[in-house]
Amino acid sequence: MDVLLEPLSYAFFIKGLVVASLAGALLGFIGVFIVLRGMSYIGHGLSHSIFGGFAAAQLFAAQFYLIGAGIWGIASALAITTVAKRGRVGADAAIGVITTASFALGVALFAKFGTSGPSFENALFGSILGITTEQIVGLVAVSILTAAFVFLRYRALLFSTFDPDVADVSGVRVGRIEAMLMIVLSLAILATLTVIGVTLVAAMLVIPAVVARMLTDSFGRMLAISTVVGVFCGFVGMYASYFAGVPSGTMIVLVGAAVFVIVLAFTGGRGMRRSAGLDSHADAPLLTPMGAK
Amino acid sequence: MTGTGVGPELISLSDVSAGYNHHHVLSDVSFHIHEDQFTAVVGPSGAGKTTLLRLLLGVLKPSHGTITSQPGLRISYVPQLETVNWNFPITVFECVLMSRTTGRRLPWPSRGERADVTSVLDRLGIGNLAERHIRELSGGQQQRMFLARALLRQPQLLLLDEPTSGVDVSTRHDVLHLLADLHEDGVAIVLTTHDLNGLAAHLPHIVCVNGGIVADGSPAEVITPDVLERTFGARMEVLEHLGMRVVVDEAPHMFAMRDGN
Repeated sequence: MDVLLEPLSYAFFIKGLVVASLAGALLGFIGVFIVLRGMSYIGHGLSHSIFGGFAAAQLFAAQFYLIGAGIWGIASALAITTVAKRGRVGADAAIGVITTASFALGVALFAKFGTSGPSFENALFGSILGITTEQIVGLVAVSILTAAFVFLRYRALLFSTFDPDVADVSGVRVGRIEAMLMIVLSLAILATLTVIGVTLVAAMLVIPAVVARMLTDSFGRMLAISTVVGVFCGFVGMYASYFAGVPSGTMIVLVGAAVFVIVLAFTGGRGMRRSAGLDSHADAPLLTPMGAK
Repeated sequence: MTGTGVGPELISLSDVSAGYNHHHVLSDVSFHIHEDQFTAVVGPSGAGKTTLLRLLLGVLKPSHGTITSQPGLRISYVPQLETVNWNFPITVFECVLMSRTTGRRLPWPSRGERADVTSVLDRLGIGNLAERHIRELSGGQQQRMFLARALLRQPQLLLLDEPTSGVDVSTRHDVLHLLADLHEDGVAIVLTTHDLNGLAAHLPHIVCVNGGIVADGSPAEVITPDVLERTFGARMEVLEHLGMRVVVDEAPHMFAMRDGN
């Protein structure tokens, strides 16, 4: 027991534990919309894109690098949505080009100029050592913003996720809701980047949501379960990373993967049926109207 | 049965052309929907039936021509069952409640909204299925659920995309009776269908589409070998049975003849 309590004697670990749990909750919560909209790959791409902004912003305004990375991420998210919607380039191709180019730029800038903030490795895989009070405040603020957005736009989010075309003709401003969701997603990735790491954020957007889907057929319950699974993965993963001596993001994702396997084994065929075709979308924007510019 | 479109006009398309990816699907379409309309839009795959619905819904803008609609017109849309993600985690109740989305609303339904949803589900005979997951419904029940969602908006115009596609004969009869009842209640209805005999021939007004409007009128005017050949690009026989037009595809008939049956 003393062994388990030992890390709690370090202030940095308690801070890390709180941040990891909150990050898990935030990603698990927003991940439900990302997975059900078939946007998992966008989550993956955006985290890589934000890494480019992260590196560039440190060069030009070291003390405001999070703001710079946030602006970069939001711009990338809106660019992906716009390019994909207009159908000039397929969504997957748009994500592939925009986000990997941004990631490559980040790697180049890190290699050439180094960093005044988190190290290259910490940015990629997460670390509890680099967590500052400002980052905790930022994570809490983004969590509150996300919860408020979902609360105030719950029905529009649900309708536009399930059936965007019918939502559109029923008076839901689908384009605006999608843009707001992308902004919230960018902020969530940015706020959790230092603890989970760029390369692993996408996994925490997907795993809790898929686990929750295997356990329930209700949208409201899926949101709650996914959030709880995210908290569990963050908390246990952070603890495990202390003892294993590996980056926090790595252990959080490994715990998530273990939870997925256990739930899959527990729910069997019913879980597989529920999660099969999880992201099949009612009406993917494959065709561009002739009038579209 | 009325329904050929003589009441006040709801939507008007004038010389409208539209399409996707720089390719015209519909050209020079002029089409008017009236308050008492009950119309089937028929045509082969890719003829522009769904494009016409998307124009009426306003989700597709014309590349040429104008669309005008009555101010404040309430339109509801019932999608093709095949396009729905049946694995999405929602119950029948949650799906129908989606009609009450706009405005400042809490995530959970008010007492009044709960009563409204229950009432429309009962009216369509699926009140006992409210808490079921949507995947657990039969084809007819799924169609009723989307009709319930559409009706909760109290529409003046109901648009349905292939409402009998993939359903059995009994369900097709159910859907047709339901639509006839709604039309009697004053809802204008426009639907697309491939089903000439089972659905289109029972409606008072048919529009034949193939890149534009080939013909429109009553079944007696439109269901003729010439119009069908111009619409579908294949020769079909038309028979009279109990006062109705019945379309017989020539190819299988000849195939059977060759087999000596």
